[in-house]
Amino acid sequence: MTLSPKITQKIAKTIIWFVAISVVFLLFFIVSYILIKGVPTLTWKFLTENPSDMGRSGGIFSTIVSTMSVTAVAVIVATPLGVGTAFYLTEFTRESRLTRIIRFSAESLAAIPSIVYGLFGFIFFVIYLKLGWSIISGGLTMAVMILPTIIRTSEEAIRSVPVKYREVSYSLGGTKWQTIVGAVLPSAFPGIATGIILGIGRCVAETAAVILTAGSALRMPTSIYSPARTMAVHFYILAREGISMERAYGTASLLIIIILAINIAANMIVNRFVAKGK
Amino acid sequence: MIKQPKISIKNLDFYYNDHQVLKNVSLDIQANEIFALFGPAQSGTTTLFRAITRLCDLDTGVRMEGEILLDGKNIRSADVNVTDLRRRVGMVFDEPVTLPMSIFDNVAYGLRLSGVKDKTVIAEKVENALKMTVLWEEVKDRLTMPALRLSGGQQQRLCIARVLALSPEVILLDRPCAALDPISTFKIEESLQQLKEQYTILIIPHNVQQAGRIADRSGFILMGEMIEQGYTKDLFTNPKEQKTSDYITGRFG
Repeated sequence: MTLSPKITQKIAKTIIWFVAISVVFLLFFIVSYILIKGVPTLTWKFLTENPSDMGRSGGIFSTIVSTMSVTAVAVIVATPLGVGTAFYLTEFTRESRLTRIIRFSAESLAAIPSIVYGLFGFIFFVIYLKLGWSIISGGLTMAVMILPTIIRTSEEAIRSVPVKYREVSYSLGGTKWQTIVGAVLPSAFPGIATGIILGIGRCVAETAAVILTAGSALRMPTSIYSPARTMAVHFYILAREGISMERAYGTASLLIIIILAINIAANMIVNRFVAKGK
Repeated sequence: MIKQPKISIKNLDFYYNDHQVLKNVSLDIQANEIFALFGPAQSGTTTLFRAITRLCDLDTGVRMEGEILLDGKNIRSADVNVTDLRRRVGMVFDEPVTLPMSIFDNVAYGLRLSGVKDKTVIAEKVENALKMTVLWEEVKDRLTMPALRLSGGQQQRLCIARVLALSPEVILLDRPCAALDPISTFKIEESLQQLKEQYTILIIPHNVQQAGRIADRSGFILMGEMIEQGYTKDLFTNPKEQKTSDYITGRFG
């Protein structure tokens, strides 16, 4: 039996619609499940008190601080490296064997599982460089991990800046550097910012690589050389060791809220920037 | 006494890789005249502009022979600073390219690049430049508005103002009215007549009629060769070459 094209079309449309809706539903289900379980725990006290008794009581303040510190180190290190590499690839060199090697390296880096980064960070930063389990080790490891994302998104953003903008800038007596800063960077900024924000999201959410490099000490870190437990690691340990599911859900809820907030803020920044130019 | 031409192009051959775009082009442009360089698309006019501004330095596979002199000095000699050259020789592109920033910042862009920091000086030059392109009255109350919101004609006048703000000596206009409606075209042509008092203007018109309307002298370029040049009136009423006459009367091109 063959179906008429019209019916085939209808069936295909229904299936595709169903698939698309199920993705939305899945996200909605996961997020709401965790929020329903976790939000009641999210009191002001929970957010501002340090954990005690392995996390059975108290809050998660030290893990929030640790997460922010590790993320800050990663972003501060990876942004100049990543954006610089992207500018090198697009503005300072022509396509060559070298650029292909750099791009291939970045893409390969992106495909490596995070536990491998963790192991690398553990061997290199923690042991070889004697940085120990610390915010700096964790941050540097995360920097390596988010580097490819930043390079790729920045490169795309820079490439999508019209050649004409560059020509105009040169024709008005701009040097290469002035052209990059004055004409290319402002147009590429939303794309570059998106890459950095994606990186922040990964840092906040990462568990495996961080547990191997920043450790899992619950104490409030006192410097970047202190060991630290990020929220994601805290959540993992609370749930895995069965310490307190209630607090695990609370931590997870905060993680989700933070990541949603980052995404929304990013969209707003980018939109405002785009609107300014239009 | 013969005045030294503002721009003098001598036996210029220009190649992109193996393709010869300009063939032995020679041309003198006097100060304070409007010179129209017309010819069909792909005849090398834009390339000539890129050579004069040295924007061709950004392209790959470029090779050239011959000389381009500005005030008698070779623009490719080692002691010529290319950014200074581009400030002296401003270029307006064939479609309006406004940078994604405010109207004011667009006009101030080149000034800021050249190191002008004084805000009152910048404001004054921006205002003057916008007045010269008859845009000031239309935009003076919304200088902070993104320039991309202006109409096409306004954007092109903004681009001309952006060049004028740098007080160049020569202005190159590459089909500045190609994307514009007749009224905007008229406004631009009108301002060009005033501008030639202070500047030397070299224009690639988007059609022959525009050359006839505005240019003191004209040159006809075909397939990279300068076929004929002279006073626009003579060229239009009494062309020496058959090709010129055919082109002007619309028999080809």
